[in-house]
Amino acid sequence: MLATLLKPTTGAATIAGHDVVTASTQARAQLGFLAASTALYGRLTAREMITYFGALNGMTSAAIRARIKVLAEELDMHEFLDRRCDKFSTGMKQKTSIARTLIHDPAVMIFDEPTLGLDVMTARSIVKFVRDCKARGKTVIYSTHVMSEVEKLCDVIGIIHGGRLLAEGTLAQLREKTGEQDIEEAFVKIVGMEDAK
Amino acid sequence: MNWNNIITVYAKELKDSLRDRRTLMSMIIIPTFVMPALIFGVGKIATTVFSKARSEIPSVMVLGGEDSPGVITALTQAKKVNVVPTTADWKQQISDKKIRAAVQVPAKFERELAAGAAAPVIIYNYEGELKSGFAASELEKFFRTLREQAVTAQLTQRGLPATLIQPFETKRENVAPPEKVGGNIIGGIVPYLIIILCFTGAMYPAMDLTAGEKERGTMETLLCSPVARVDIVLGKFLMVLTSSLAAMVLALTSMGVSFAVGGAIFGGGGAKVAVAGKAAAATAAAASEVMPSIDPAGVLGVLAMVLPVAVLFSAVIFTVALFAKSYKEAQSYVAPLIFVVIMPAVVGMLPGIDLNARLALVPILNLSLVCKEMLSGIWHWNYIAIIFGSTCVYAGVALALAVKMFNREDVIFRA
Repeated sequence: MLATLLKPTTGAATIAGHDVVTASTQARAQLGFLAASTALYGRLTAREMITYFGALNGMTSAAIRARIKVLAEELDMHEFLDRRCDKFSTGMKQKTSIARTLIHDPAVMIFDEPTLGLDVMTARSIVKFVRDCKARGKTVIYSTHVMSEVEKLCDVIGIIHGGRLLAEGTLAQLREKTGEQDIEEAFVKIVGMEDAK
Repeated sequence: MNWNNIITVYAKELKDSLRDRRTLMSMIIIPTFVMPALIFGVGKIATTVFSKARSEIPSVMVLGGEDSPGVITALTQAKKVNVVPTTADWKQQISDKKIRAAVQVPAKFERELAAGAAAPVIIYNYEGELKSGFAASELEKFFRTLREQAVTAQLTQRGLPATLIQPFETKRENVAPPEKVGGNIIGGIVPYLIIILCFTGAMYPAMDLTAGEKERGTMETLLCSPVARVDIVLGKFLMVLTSSLAAMVLALTSMGVSFAVGGAIFGGGGAKVAVAGKAAAATAAAASEVMPSIDPAGVLGVLAMVLPVAVLFSAVIFTVALFAKSYKEAQSYVAPLIFVVIMPAVVGMLPGIDLNARLALVPILNLSLVCKEMLSGIWHWNYIAIIFGSTCVYAGVALALAVKMFNREDVIFRA
């Protein structure tokens, strides 16, 4: 819904000040959306793929080239930048998808399980990249099942279980609320409290 | 609507499609090479089979006629038939194609003929079998000549001139201009081909750009970009249209070139067939003969009339394929549409169906009919306007529907 793919039946949301229902195009322009369901075009190379989405975001080709250079550097993608996406490993695909998501330097980004199925080194570099984004003042919504990533990255944590938001707060607030130091234990406890009701 | 975005989407889809083997096949390779080869192949085979059947000297049997030795001898000596010894199972032999026909010479035939009137000669053949038919006509020809000879002999005997029985002859002459003859023969088949090619050319990209993209998971990626959905639809639609038109133009060009080059080779064989009046069996071969006499303005007119039909096809296939979740599912939805398209095109090929105001509103059929006319150099401007206008309206509605469907999340994200 935040990516404006689906229309909400009730309620409202804004992305960088743009309502997702009434100003969906502007909202999408401020958003980078990455999920398991956002695949790459297999017959395009990584560079073409990223360039296409840059163009769709209204960037000039010079700006796209410059931006690809920066992203490829940060994500270490140079060796496969000009190869076709259908031959990529999961890690290469994910890096290309991240570059695709961020080509227009959005203010808000949504990452849905970006490290799923990745090897430790690639997952680590992606986590580091997300932390850098945060440091640059971007809003990142990061969804994951890996609690260690939560501890490393998140300022505000929301725990969603069975389609409902059960708890929301900083790491310290959640620890205080549950009396658990370990975030995984805290998660289990909150879900348990909800199920007990 | 933002033309920059539409062009960006279009350019990417074009690049993507040109790397897709299935689209390349249906858009470029099949229309350029396979279609002309198929048509020429069928034409060539038809011509060959036909001339082979003509050149064969048929084996026939003679039944009876023991008391008419003169006729039997003449028949045995005739060059166009080969008389074989008579057997009792002659009927079975005709069915088994061991002999082509049999002829029953009535008793006392020669004597009665000399007296002035004889019982009928019966020719047995296998109806519908080409070679048997040829054998029967050869036998008929033989007996016709025999009859004429008998008549002439009778006349001479009585001191009367031979022209008494045939004081004049009838002759046929063609007044239709050559492009009209060409238009009627080619006019039937060309629109039919154009319609099918337009359809198949649009089919693969339309499925790939909708259902194929859903299946590969790139649809959501695309929808996340800040481009209005109408721009995405139009960009994709233009790609489908390009493929549809490319398939048609390539096929026509390729066929035109083949006709020009191959016309001389196949022309000879084609002429014989056309004379034999079996044009349907070898339309392509016959077409190679009359190709140069097609009205060139008619060809341009056909291209102009095809444009809204290509738009219509592209939009309809696009919309239908959009409902499918996978390429395979899309195929099962789109494939039956071919029949919907072919039937009116076939009806348009039938002789005797002419354009009128009501038929001018039937999509596809109207194209087929008006193409036939335009290729014959007939321009009914009011019908042309109705057809062009109505097809444009249909195409516009189909395109609007495609845009509407693309905006519905239950279609795009059908689970």
